Amino acid sequence: MPEQRTARHRVTMTVNGVARTLEVEPRTLLVHALRNELALTGTKIGCDTSQCGACTVLVDGRSLKSCTVLAVQAEGKSIITIEGLASGSTLGAVQEAFKQHHGLQCGYCTPGMVLATVELLGHTPNPDEAAIRHGLAGNVCRCTGYTGIVDSVQAAAAAGAGR
Amino acid sequence: MIPAEFAYRRAASVEDAIALLADPDAKVIAGGHSLIPMMKLRLARPGLLVDIAGLPLGGIADGAAEIVIGALTTHADIARASSLAAGALAAVAECSAAVGDAQVRNAGTIGGSVAHGDPAADAPAALLALDARIRVLGAAGRREVPAAEFFKGPFWTALGEQELVAAVVYPKPSGQAASAYVSVEDPASGYPLAGAAALVVVDGGRVVSARIGVTGVAGTPFRATVAEAAAVAGGGAGAAVSSASRDDIAGQAVFGDSRFDEEYRRHIAAIVIGRAVERAVARAQGGAR
Repeated sequence: MPEQRTARHRVTMTVNGVARTLEVEPRTLLVHALRNELALTGTKIGCDTSQCGACTVLVDGRSLKSCTVLAVQAEGKSIITIEGLASGSTLGAVQEAFKQHHGLQCGYCTPGMVLATVELLGHTPNPDEAAIRHGLAGNVCRCTGYTGIVDSVQAAAAAGAGR
Repeated sequence: MIPAEFAYRRAASVEDAIALLADPDAKVIAGGHSLIPMMKLRLARPGLLVDIAGLPLGGIADGAAEIVIGALTTHADIARASSLAAGALAAVAECSAAVGDAQVRNAGTIGGSVAHGDPAADAPAALLALDARIRVLGAAGRREVPAAEFFKGPFWTALGEQELVAAVVYPKPSGQAASAYVSVEDPASGYPLAGAAALVVVDGGRVVSARIGVTGVAGTPFRATVAEAAAVAGGGAGAAVSSASRDDIAGQAVFGDSRFDEEYRRHIAAIVIGRAVERAVARAQGGAR
């Protein structure tokens, strides 16, 4: 059935609280749908092989690497990207902690790092350093050496981001 | 990287999924974390993806004699399952906890892992040690395949063309039993260079039975039966088990590459086998860890 292979599929998902409907090829990756169709370019493409975590988004509250999810698999799901954490110019608690505690340098890994932290604190509100490093093992940063990131996550936890 | 073109169908039911698999060019997708990377690299190029994620094949059913883990249960949910947290089935949770990273465990399913047949997967170690069965659904109905007969070689299983994995079934061991999974991972990929799961039963402070499953070392996961006998004869002392396991490993065509050669992997395998038994024995006797 080769004629079906480029047939576009209608996908409806909630992105940052807003219902969105897209027409995509089956092979369209979620990260491309978010960046190219919805202009949510805060989600980055790093390695594109599900190693680095730069493309991490929350899907129904769980962190996923959007370079390894098809947009059609997101049908009916609720997605939070980095753009969904701030309200106006007020940063989300995890974003503010990363800003205050030097959890970033170039910033490329930061959207994924922040969203992975949101999930981590959701199930482990007060992680110790080992739990933070284990919880963020799927997110690679090549600037900070991770010390600032661990500090940021601990600060976010202390500020009650996980509660 | 974008996969080559394919058609996509969301299965409405298990029967629908099986009917769609009549297309010889079809592949099942659930979490997609084995398949999509292969499709990006053109190592897999299915013409049709049958998405089973919406089917009622998830969840953990804790029965009197066995625990049934639905194929769509994610590694994250298995790793955190209270019904697996302690004792006899701890190795099952530990295998899932060892998979990838948090995001990968949130997407990857036990059914996908089993069906994929990756020789570097963690789960087969516990499947062999706990004498699990793979529940398979197909056009001819339902069948169950013992784990020892399911894995045939690298990316090759007993799964038929028009079949899908529905669940894995773990019998609950009787007696004072405990299990453990120990692995040494490739620090870059996170895949085990060697992983061993051990199930032991103790009685009056003695090890009365042991089963050991080993993964990551060779093309097919295997039982370490010489080491099992040594665990019983030697009371579960890790060094004796580790030493005996060299005979089990000697019979295997062990992987080797430029970073981790064959000799190193044989060495690591023997170590994790000994540690897994020691940890399981300590648990069974109510000790630490």
